[in-house]
Amino acid sequence: MRHIISILLENEPGALSRVVGLFSQRNYNIESLTVAPTEDHTLSRLTITTIGDDRKIEQITKHLNKLIDVVKLVDLTEGSHIERELMLLKVKATGAQRAEIKRTTDIFRGQIVDVTSTVYSIQLTGASDKLDSFLAAIGNASVLEVARTGVTGISRGEKVLSL
Amino acid sequence: MELLSGGEMLIRALHDEGVELLFGYPGGAALHIYDAIFNQDKVAHILVRHEQAATHAADGYARATGKPGVVLVTSGPGATNAITGIATAFMDSVPMVVISGQVDSSLIGSDAFQETDMVGVSRPIVKHSFMVQNAEDIPMVVKKAFHIATTGRPGPVVIDVPKDATDPARKFEYQYPSTVKMRSYSVPSKGHTGQIKKAVEILLAAKRPIIYAGGGVIQGNASELLTQFARKLGYPVTNTLMGLGAFPAPDKQFLGMLGMHGTYEANNAMHFSDVVLGIGVRFDDRVTNAVSKFCPGAKILHVDIDPASISKTVAADVPIVGSVTSVLEEMLELVAQADAKVDRKSLDLWWQQIEGWRAKQCLKVTPAENDVIKPQQVVESVYRVTGGEAYVSSDVGQHQMFAAQYYHFDKPRRWINSGGLGTMGFGFPAAMGVQLAFPDAISVCITGEGSIQMCIQELATCLQYGLPVKIVCLNNESLGMVRQWQDMQYGGRYSNSTYSESLPDFVKLVEAYGHVGVRIEKLSELDQKMTEAFALKDRLVFIDVAVDPSEHVYPMAIKGGSMKDMYLSKTERT
Repeated sequence: MRHIISILLENEPGALSRVVGLFSQRNYNIESLTVAPTEDHTLSRLTITTIGDDRKIEQITKHLNKLIDVVKLVDLTEGSHIERELMLLKVKATGAQRAEIKRTTDIFRGQIVDVTSTVYSIQLTGASDKLDSFLAAIGNASVLEVARTGVTGISRGEKVLSL
Repeated sequence: MELLSGGEMLIRALHDEGVELLFGYPGGAALHIYDAIFNQDKVAHILVRHEQAATHAADGYARATGKPGVVLVTSGPGATNAITGIATAFMDSVPMVVISGQVDSSLIGSDAFQETDMVGVSRPIVKHSFMVQNAEDIPMVVKKAFHIATTGRPGPVVIDVPKDATDPARKFEYQYPSTVKMRSYSVPSKGHTGQIKKAVEILLAAKRPIIYAGGGVIQGNASELLTQFARKLGYPVTNTLMGLGAFPAPDKQFLGMLGMHGTYEANNAMHFSDVVLGIGVRFDDRVTNAVSKFCPGAKILHVDIDPASISKTVAADVPIVGSVTSVLEEMLELVAQADAKVDRKSLDLWWQQIEGWRAKQCLKVTPAENDVIKPQQVVESVYRVTGGEAYVSSDVGQHQMFAAQYYHFDKPRRWINSGGLGTMGFGFPAAMGVQLAFPDAISVCITGEGSIQMCIQELATCLQYGLPVKIVCLNNESLGMVRQWQDMQYGGRYSNSTYSESLPDFVKLVEAYGHVGVRIEKLSELDQKMTEAFALKDRLVFIDVAVDPSEHVYPMAIKGGSMKDMYLSKTERT
């Protein structure tokens, strides 16, 4: 099963490599990874999506917790949560395609953020499967370049991941 | 407040941390630190002959004393040579602090002379690591390093120190911090009381219980508590390779070591048990054999300080995260209560069954003919001659298993071996570390002619510091354990496991290093010559014993089977 693990990490040199190293060292898989400092500049927030059965996820969270630089973590998929991913992509947009791509982008509530005579640059936000669906709708043939941020997320309601 | 340079602060901080001994080897990036060592006499430095030996010696010192071992090496090759020893300590949860010199911070990343990314190279095999960013951080970094290395599940911590941080020209106000607080590191202490109660209830109701105790009991200084607890219940006890000495081997309740080369009685008792109390263990693959067939009828109670060890390979029915000492204390209290009764009748039946397995005498040695010495007889001889009082270090291979099986450890911290990583070359430097910690004790290294050649240069260190280590070499002129597997699984094709023609004359070799060498080839001479060798109390003696090269270690688990499936000899299996 796919899990989203959010981690508060000491914002120190080498801390990220310990987390990433743990995954490769123990043969765990990273589907996506996002990281940036939080409002408290001494902390980074990391979001990792990974796939594994309950036992594997339990081991992953235990081993993450053992890392000295990991301050706190939560498996967002254990409860209801909001997840988002941002995608920037360039698509071929010529002739009749231009209107079609614009329509599809609107349907997915994306934005065209840059335009040339032959190319649209599109920004789209949502859960990963929404981004996948958009790519499917546009069709591989017209996609020139894709940049996805990976998943970030936050739990619903009053629950907060903080110190 | 005193003004000290970074190098001086480092050494002073070690002293303030209670460090008496440092094992190391100098080099360019560490020279400011070495100069700081020269100018003081509080922390002694032992100059080894290879950085790997520095880590193993510090490791042996740590295992024997319970205090952290401390290592100082230079950057680049000095640091990478230390890696094997760090990995060894990591696998066996040994508290260790390794200080590595690093090139000037302005040169980091420029492929400077003797530069290596030590923090990166060591990352998967340390509990934590630090790169000193500012010289003034040194006291706090040292404090944190020792705190992390010695608490919780212990392990090695690396401190990488750029040379400019130790510059003698720059002085700082020195004060060693009295406490350390880290928001992201807390140590679990007491186990969950409800879980402990539940475990004790299951344990008391057991009909076929077994206590499976490991290295965590030794690391947690809980051997005495475990012994009290086991005796109170009257339950059988088995120890892992790492746990030997946690429960006294001569005790009637002790079934011997379990696992791949464990005894017939210990492995059968595990397999047929209905409750297993695993304490300070990690259900290693060398113990469980096929996990799917492991202890099919047993409830698993698992006590460990490391939550990640629990339910890693074998799911625990009652997991208890906590220090073995505090958990055992609580358990002892519970079993001491008046209404706490074991099922005596079932237990008697269980012991009868166990005695039946024990009657098999799976470790009985059949003497060879023509005065040929069996390797097991050498360990038995060492046990007799040392009265069971020695600190025994070992390398890795057949001799390690024979030492584990035939030297009956009755105290913790006496058996020093690389159990997890299985590092050949570990034993001799570890025995040096033990000897330095306990100058008057008998420090024996039981080794083979293969392993000993992996750190043999330390004979020079022993001469320099007058360390009267006794090296007992079970010389079968081949890589015995490799050869055993080749016998059993590869049709006797000895691929690269023999070298009879090119072995050194060990007696002459150690004499060249200024020590005493003894060669023993006949069983009839074994005890006498061994006694004479051990009588040379102030000399290092290398006792090279020619042993039967065809001997295998038994019992041996049958791969893919359950714990009860083992070979008992070349011709008998369960």
